[in-house]
Amino acid sequence: MTPRLLSHALAVGLLAAGLSAAAHAADPIRVGFLTIKSGALAAGGKQMEDGLRLFLKERNNMIAGRKVELVVGDTSGQPAITKTKAQELVEKDKVQVIIGPLAAFEALAIDDYIRKSEIPVISPSAAAEDLTQRKPNPWFVRAVGTSAQTSHVLGDYAAKELKYKRIAIIADDFAFGHETAAGFQRTFEENGGKVVQKLWSPLNVADYGTYIGQIKPNVDAVFAAFAGGNGIKFLKQYNEYGMKAKIPVIGAMTTVDEGILKSMGDEALGVISSGWYSATLANADNKKFVASMNRDYQQDPGYYSMGAYGAALMLEQALKEVKGKIEDKAAFMAALRKVQLSNDPRGKISLDALGNPVMDIYVRKVERVNGKLSNSVIKTYPAVSQFWTYNTKDFLANPVYTRDYPPANNIEK
Amino acid sequence: MSFWLIQSLNSLALGGVLFTLAAGFSLIFGLMRIANLSHGAYFMFGAYIGLAMLDRGYNFGVAVLVAGLAVGLLGGIVERFVLRRLAGNSLSQVLATLGVAFVIADGSLWLWGGDPRPVNAPALLSGGVQLLGLTFPLYRLAVVVFSAVIGLGLWLLLDKTKLGVMIRASVDDRQMAQGIGVPASKLFTIVFCLGAALAGVGGVIAAPILSVYPGLDADMLPLALVVVILGGLGSLAGAFVGSFLIGFIYSFGQVLFPDLAYIILFLPMVVILAVRPRGLFGRITA
Repeated sequence: MTPRLLSHALAVGLLAAGLSAAAHAADPIRVGFLTIKSGALAAGGKQMEDGLRLFLKERNNMIAGRKVELVVGDTSGQPAITKTKAQELVEKDKVQVIIGPLAAFEALAIDDYIRKSEIPVISPSAAAEDLTQRKPNPWFVRAVGTSAQTSHVLGDYAAKELKYKRIAIIADDFAFGHETAAGFQRTFEENGGKVVQKLWSPLNVADYGTYIGQIKPNVDAVFAAFAGGNGIKFLKQYNEYGMKAKIPVIGAMTTVDEGILKSMGDEALGVISSGWYSATLANADNKKFVASMNRDYQQDPGYYSMGAYGAALMLEQALKEVKGKIEDKAAFMAALRKVQLSNDPRGKISLDALGNPVMDIYVRKVERVNGKLSNSVIKTYPAVSQFWTYNTKDFLANPVYTRDYPPANNIEK
Repeated sequence: MSFWLIQSLNSLALGGVLFTLAAGFSLIFGLMRIANLSHGAYFMFGAYIGLAMLDRGYNFGVAVLVAGLAVGLLGGIVERFVLRRLAGNSLSQVLATLGVAFVIADGSLWLWGGDPRPVNAPALLSGGVQLLGLTFPLYRLAVVVFSAVIGLGLWLLLDKTKLGVMIRASVDDRQMAQGIGVPASKLFTIVFCLGAALAGVGGVIAAPILSVYPGLDADMLPLALVVVILGGLGSLAGAFVGSFLIGFIYSFGQVLFPDLAYIILFLPMVVILAVRPRGLFGRITA
């Protein structure tokens, strides 16, 4: 480069720098969104995007007085691609905050990168316990609960209110299933129940027939913890094997999520589950949310759409707190970690010190209302934290929930 | 006792599903010597087409027929316009089938969305049979019968018709068969159509058990591979025996050795490959 060219380039650069400083406030806020558009988890990815797009439409693409630009990255549900896409969003597209990713293993894959690049991340779905427990990330907050946050409640409810004594658990054989089952087992057994059987079916198992054939005939109920579309398949086959009439099923939030409930039939009727949301909640924010989702996307919101919508509400609240100045990363992150929502369709939401929501957990029952299957709320547990009623320090001193922790001492061969 | 009965029936049903999947795969491999990696995609595509027909109010038989014809046609097009251009280069052909699989998978996602879709068994076959105080879904028994019928039909085709003679001759010694005037070009298209059509039919037949969802293709393809490797490449009997063997190993293995659920299918495959690389009934090596 000749000296003359160099000076020109410098001048242009300086000019650009000056301009960008002046135009600062008018610049759009760049929001990265990591979702899944292909493969087995594509349905959830689509629902997340629906929730987020609805939010932006309602706000006319403006948050805290600034325009919002959404940059979408498709991770295909592959941890390696998730990392590439996160890098692309941060380094090429210069996003200032990321909403995503969908799956826990994706969140874990970019955990290091989040720390290194110091990009604020709001998780709209990933529920892995340790992300907000033993390995908290200062740049990561969650809009949804941990895996066991809802199943602690159901374990308690099954023992105390349903008076179940003996339960068989069947769950997806991956972290979400393990953690959900473990939380359930812990509170259920502490209240006098016994988990007498645990079945782990591979996430992409072709058929539940072999598992259903193993369920002990002398249990009071089956606790089924499934993610994705597996709940559809399991409940259908459970009914086909004539089990529905014999042993009731209780489930995790995602076993009968609204996102898949629309594909189910009478086999789902009566399933009791616990979750941090139900499309039937009677508050005004939720009624509006459900009506809008049905208007724009012809479906009730569920885990994924509510998770993404909730993440966007958190973003909005934090941005309002810092008057739209997302460029002040430290102040923005501090505001994000202190978010309290009173306009969330789920009810009141606040974050604990580790960045996980404290929120109402609902015990729900699948009923047919106006010809449509829905989760009617039968009991509300107010302001439940990820630690249930346990002391935070004691809880964190234990190992994270796994397939074998807490140990199941009542398994019958 | 009832445990063994139920799991045995489960094994048979799974074997039936696997046979409808693996028969076409084995047929194509036997003749063309390429692992058709789009086979899982044809299976899923067939299931989706069947679902679309059922949604439009057609009965199950029509859905099976239409899915078979449509997927068979698609297979024919792929063979004529994609694989044919790569003749003689089987590595490229295998890669091309993988490409076709991706196109079908994304196309299906685009056409039918990402939601998993349950499929109901035909009314006549829904409901359960009472056995020793346990209920077993009638449809699963029907699948066993159906796969046996397909197996019988294929056997008749291969063993009793002129087309079958030509196919078998080409499988055993392609060059010799061509030398004595077997029209290889036509045969390849016919067999690829037939193999794809079988996958399409299998997809609809299996749909009430497996349901239809994006990713079904990738879930099924390894099963087809395991079955034909175990049973022997290019052998109909091998595919049949292999399917039911895998059905039993899978069902009982998962129950008796739950910790091995992920590798239970691949252990017998490894053993067979070690002691009998051509598979149980195989006459050709890969």
